[in-house]
Amino acid sequence: MRARIDPIASDHSTLKLADALQLLQRSGHLLPERAQVGDAVWLQALIDALCEMSSRDPLTGLSNRRQFELALASEIDRVARAGEPALVLMIDIDHFKKVNDTHGHSAGDLVLKAVGQALQECIRPMDTVARFGGEEFAMILPNCPPSFGQTVAERVRLKVAERKTDIGPGQPVSVTVSIGGAFAPQWVRSSAPLWVERADQQLYRAKAEGRNRACLEQPIVSHVSAEEKGLLFGTSKFQDIE
Amino acid sequence: MSLPVPPTVPAVADSASGAVRRGRILAVTSGKGGVGKTFLSANLAAALARRGKRVLVLDADLGLANLDVVLNLFPKVTLHDVFTGKNTLEEAILPAPGGFSVLLAGSGLVEYSRLTPEIREQLVQIIDVVAPRFDHIILDTGAGISDVVLYAVSMADEVLVIATPEPTSMTDAYAVIKVLATQQQRQQIRLVVNQVNRAGDGRVIRGQLQLVSDRFVTPLLPPGSAAPRLDLVGEIPLDPAVRESVKRRQLLLELMPGCAAAQGIEAIAARLDE
Repeated sequence: MRARIDPIASDHSTLKLADALQLLQRSGHLLPERAQVGDAVWLQALIDALCEMSSRDPLTGLSNRRQFELALASEIDRVARAGEPALVLMIDIDHFKKVNDTHGHSAGDLVLKAVGQALQECIRPMDTVARFGGEEFAMILPNCPPSFGQTVAERVRLKVAERKTDIGPGQPVSVTVSIGGAFAPQWVRSSAPLWVERADQQLYRAKAEGRNRACLEQPIVSHVSAEEKGLLFGTSKFQDIE
Repeated sequence: MSLPVPPTVPAVADSASGAVRRGRILAVTSGKGGVGKTFLSANLAAALARRGKRVLVLDADLGLANLDVVLNLFPKVTLHDVFTGKNTLEEAILPAPGGFSVLLAGSGLVEYSRLTPEIREQLVQIIDVVAPRFDHIILDTGAGISDVVLYAVSMADEVLVIATPEPTSMTDAYAVIKVLATQQQRQQIRLVVNQVNRAGDGRVIRGQLQLVSDRFVTPLLPPGSAAPRLDLVGEIPLDPAVRESVKRRQLLLELMPGCAAAQGIEAIAARLDE
């Protein structure tokens, strides 16, 4: 069947919007009435809906990996400029294969959704939580001081562990997660893949140490305190040089 | 003037064991910019070359390289071309005035200001290939404490921190020492104090940095370990000849050999060549 040629286009080109409209309709997105809002507003709404869709994981409704990587890249820029510390957490469901093997894939999907929801409940408005792939999730926590890191990660871990998912009548299932975290500290510029890799290394450590735990990389200490400066310049020896 | 080292130098096999000997890799870093990292790297290389050593300076300041500017070179082939596969590594190793070789990054390669796994891999491979062919490999790193700087330093056998008596430079040098001690467990860090007003100031500055490191860095380390020992390899006196050589984009050791700063650099080369 020929795609409908949309009259919204100029004389020289045509826009084929049928596929996009169908896609949005199927995923339950509602667009405003075109006749009421006019072509430009309607088209903008359509583009916005497509953008929204391309940045979400369809199962959990969380950000998808593409969106996560975009958010991570802009967070790196922000850290490099503002010097605020930020934390990335990689979160992996322990023994998820067992859930799938024992209860089936639809039960597995319910568990993924429930974990996603639990993670969503842990975050502040400026944080990003994403499904990174499979049973792995990721979080970006801007402006998270190193001294809070372990507490934040523990809170996430407990939140998931407390959650029970009903995969059928009277069939509650609960899972645990292992968490690895790494900071992008002040002064240190990084790249997105490297930052995730560092957090992943901590995730492997959490798995190796027995799962259901959070391991964070020790942040690089580059801050020089007033006390240290005092000792560095305070003595008469240095005054002598100047 | 000594002759430039040809771009391709055969690897030397250790006559006794037959194993390939690797040159010593020295990273030059500072924390603060503008304290003379590239100036020292280039002139130190020239001083080591005068001692009969085969020296390569690798411009590890990938984001904002300026070794080419200091040496007044207009390279047709840079590390960028090696990274992208346009040229071979052999083609990028260029002879520099002063009788040493250089691997230039080329200025303004913003995409390298961040360390990606690919760049990291490339750097390791390059070091592996060049290490057996030279006696000394000097990594001229960028300012600050970026991933690229820390990674370049981590590849080096020895690290040399350069500082001036300026409080800001000393603070940043101390921050670098702290990071290298905690992140890379360095036991020894070489120190050069540049632009000293009076002979002996370098020793005072070393003492201050060591004092603060012992007190504040040691508690950050695993129990039983100590702050790195700072080894003052020399000081370079404040000398108007340095400014002149930089302005003329010539090596100090060629323009004004025998001046006070040049003597300081020759003494540092002798210490590092021990």
